[in-house]
Amino acid sequence: MRGDLQKDTNDMAEIQIKNVAKTFGAYQALHSIDLAIADQEFMVLLGASGCGKTTLLRIIAGLETASIGEVWIGGRRVDHLAPKDRGIAMVFQNYAVFPHLTVFENIGFGLRMAKMPNDEVKRRVERTASLMHIEQLLKRYSGELSGGQRQRVAVARALAMEPDVILMDEPLSNLDALLRLEMRAELKGVLAESKTTAIYVTHDQVEAMSLADRISVMHQGRIIQAASPIEVYRNPAAQFVAGFLGNPPMNFLRAEKAGDGKWNVAGETVDGPRGAEAPLQFAIRPEDMQIADQGLPAQVRLVEPLGAHLLVTCDVDGTMLRAVLDSDLSLKAGDHIKLAPQPDRVRWFDPETTKAVA
Amino acid sequence: MTHASMAAPAPKTEPNPTPVTPVRNSGRYLYAATVILLCAWVLVPLYFLLVNTLSSPEQVSTFPKSFIPEFDLGSLQFFAGFQGILNALKNSIIVASMTMVMSILFGAPAGYALSRFEFRGKETFRVLILLTRAFPLPLLALPLAVLFIRTGLDDTTFGLALVHTTLALPFAVLITFSLFSGIPVELEEAAWTLGCTRFTAFTKVVLPLILPGITASAIFAFVISWNEVFAAAVLTIENRTLTAFLLQTLGEAPLHLKFAGGFILVVPALIFIFAVRKYLFSMWGIANR
Ligand SMILES: Nc1ncnc2c1ncn2[C@@H]1O[C@H](COP(=O)(O)OP(=O)(O)O)[C@@H](O)[C@H]1O
Ligand SMILES: [Mg+2]
Repeated sequence: MRGDLQKDTNDMAEIQIKNVAKTFGAYQALHSIDLAIADQEFMVLLGASGCGKTTLLRIIAGLETASIGEVWIGGRRVDHLAPKDRGIAMVFQNYAVFPHLTVFENIGFGLRMAKMPNDEVKRRVERTASLMHIEQLLKRYSGELSGGQRQRVAVARALAMEPDVILMDEPLSNLDALLRLEMRAELKGVLAESKTTAIYVTHDQVEAMSLADRISVMHQGRIIQAASPIEVYRNPAAQFVAGFLGNPPMNFLRAEKAGDGKWNVAGETVDGPRGAEAPLQFAIRPEDMQIADQGLPAQVRLVEPLGAHLLVTCDVDGTMLRAVLDSDLSLKAGDHIKLAPQPDRVRWFDPETTKAVA
Repeated sequence: MTHASMAAPAPKTEPNPTPVTPVRNSGRYLYAATVILLCAWVLVPLYFLLVNTLSSPEQVSTFPKSFIPEFDLGSLQFFAGFQGILNALKNSIIVASMTMVMSILFGAPAGYALSRFEFRGKETFRVLILLTRAFPLPLLALPLAVLFIRTGLDDTTFGLALVHTTLALPFAVLITFSLFSGIPVELEEAAWTLGCTRFTAFTKVVLPLILPGITASAIFAFVISWNEVFAAAVLTIENRTLTAFLLQTLGEAPLHLKFAGGFILVVPALIFIFAVRKYLFSMWGIANR
């Protein structure tokens, strides 16, 4: 059964989005998007609600037409094709399981539309159903299913098509936290095995980090950065990405030039970029700081024990800064401490352009 | 809840019987009384219609009335043998059926377009649909009659069905509009991504889901046509529908026959309305299911 679901490997399904923009009336939802997704890659579109993720996904699916630009799938320009001719399958946020059909007929719907013989439909439906652990539900109607089960049916229905590309719009956002965790792990396994190119939309950074081969961080209709999860996390290309990813997010402090490659941060001198002149933003993740004898002078304002760690909010030169520290420390509000940033984890941003500075 | 506050043995634990209780109760009585009154308003005349239909001619004009009908089928039997009534019945059914088919044929696509597409003048269109009911039929009857005579549509079942379709269409559009709006667009979109064209997605997904509602809307159109008397009386002479026929012939008929005729008219309409009641509710936004 393993590998049974693999699509024909000759069938390359890389996706290219070239200069796609979309306006709704006077409102520009997407600005000149360029994105290339490799065959069998798992691409996550990550961004806050309203940033244009769904719109971009629907343009790829053919449910929405781009105002300008081109969409290519597997070396074929598809923007003029109907959704059914693009070799895609889609999982909708609210599942869109057909209420008048049984689970079996839901999963087999696309296969029936493709006029597949009965025994082939049966074979494929049963296989995808067992893959998604819903074999025992095949005779039920969607009204008799829980949210999680409907979700599984929606994924099975997409997988049964053996599409070149599977598109998913926040497929887990309607599930409760525990189920979400379980489905996330399962989806990752199933999709890796099916060797399908996947585009997955989410606003949940943890979901994005755990699933993606690459993450495209979107903001106000633009892709700010498209890179591997660890790259996006460690080397955010812009201040927005740095602030969006990570919980708690990255800290920023104002830095004044204090010499060649030297910068003054909260009264401390720190090594930094050589080229820049104007003030920069010094950035450090909360977990990349330690209490030391030498470091940024900080006054503790709030201590939140999180079990594994201590989340400490402190005042550094008038700016609130959060640090994730060892839970053995005994700190209380009002304490004066020194926080030493781990030098190789420090990042710099230009406040004018908000872009990263090397 | 009044029970607890009136329970004497434990006055100390409940020293403060909730003061809202009598107010709430009187509100409830008022509500019940209103409901009963409204039901009686509709049901009592219907009941007397039934009693009188099933009474012998002598019994109909006596007073006081008995509340239990004597099951005299004489009046109904008279109607079964009445000359021209079967033809009128046939005409009514033909006209109502044509109205039903035409109002769905034209109404459902309009309802679909209203629920699925954004187009200029959509709001105006919706208002216009309702406005078609703003002109009283008596006002239109004369010009219509003239027009029908010119085009040769006068005294035909088809001509009358056209008029009835105009009456039923606004309801057909609004009912189907609410039906289509109740079907998530995602279901159709999912069908498109699974190999459907717009048309096959409609027939495979949307149609099966709204079929019960479409049926109800069709029956509603049928009832509108069945009950309509003015246009039928003005526009037909030979091919009278049942309503127009009864209006014409029962003018001078004895009382017991008038009751029986009324009964014959009311019963099919009642049955139809009963069959479609839940869709009427959803159209009026009282309940969704
Ligand atoms: N059909 C539409 N008409 C008008 N505006 C729309 C339409 N679809 C989306 N938008 C707007 O485009 C923006 C992006 O929407 P969307 O792609 O759904 O965001 P996301 O999925 O990232 O939350 C939003 O501001 C939304 O209001
Ligand atoms: Mg969205």
